[in-house]
Amino acid sequence: MSAADRTRTLRDAVGLGVAVGLYGIAFGAAADAAGLDAWQALTLSALMFTGASQFALVGVLGAGGSAPAAVGSALLLGTRNTVYGVRMAPLLAPRSALGRAAAAHWVIDETTAMAVAAPDRELGRLAFWATGATIYLGWNVMTLVGALGASGLGGTAEAALDSVVPAAFLALLWPRLTARGSAEPGVQRRVALGGAVVALALTPFVPAGVQVIVAVVAVALAGRPGTAERPA
Amino acid sequence: MSGDTLWVAVVVASVGCYLLKLAGMSVPATWVEQPWVARVVDFVPAALLAALVAVQGLTSDDRVVVDGRLAGLAVAALALALRAPFIVVIVLAGATGAGVHVLTG
Repeated sequence: MSAADRTRTLRDAVGLGVAVGLYGIAFGAAADAAGLDAWQALTLSALMFTGASQFALVGVLGAGGSAPAAVGSALLLGTRNTVYGVRMAPLLAPRSALGRAAAAHWVIDETTAMAVAAPDRELGRLAFWATGATIYLGWNVMTLVGALGASGLGGTAEAALDSVVPAAFLALLWPRLTARGSAEPGVQRRVALGGAVVALALTPFVPAGVQVIVAVVAVALAGRPGTAERPA
Repeated sequence: MSGDTLWVAVVVASVGCYLLKLAGMSVPATWVEQPWVARVVDFVPAALLAALVAVQGLTSDDRVVVDGRLAGLAVAALALALRAPFIVVIVLAGATGAGVHVLTG
């Protein structure tokens, strides 16, 4: 591993950490809009530390959903990280249970992507730890900034915040629907459309937040083996 | 919802999400590398995020409502199609929602 490789890996990690930190502001603001205080927002960023699940939890709570529905949505999105962990375990090869427990906390979209993209295993480990540390710091600091900045806003600013939350979900979803971000953009688009339609159709009939979970289960059942193998 | 209930949701979901990460680092790879598991995990985010876009952008309590949020979403979609960075998408959507709020009173 050359010094230039190390420098490049560290530079990419810091760049990504700064960019992801900006999502932290949006999350802090979304948590505030959903009725969480700054400590609760910060606890989520420090302890949960997986952005899409955090947005899902505050999104469902903000829509008036029950705590179980909110927790369920967060856990559904969190299953991604289980698969990342399987991929990362041999690369990181933690020597102790403590090392494994520490590494697991930082297994998220960005750290996995950076580690897997690195040219060799040593750089992959460096990319994982450097990206994880930078994002963890930026995400938590910016969550606090967003949560504190959003409290005590007037009506117009609240209207702005109401529009920010769905747009943030759309920004998280968008790469999955494009050929650049997904191997099967056509299938992903049908899945997304199905999820949105089922959730809207159920909204008048089920408690807030439950429609989101039912939509996911319905789409997963519709995509069972056989129907999901069609070319996009 | 009381502050205590919120705290319970925050802590339970956080611990649960951490255990999901730890499980991946701990279980034999063959348990998770089933084709159907891979497909479900591949598609759950798209379905869930799209459902959240719809619910956050178009509903209020138990009703479907069209307001400034939909305009914000349209502007966000346009910005994303033009490959704008995340922060630009967010700011444009927020400004649109605020603008509709001011115009419609």
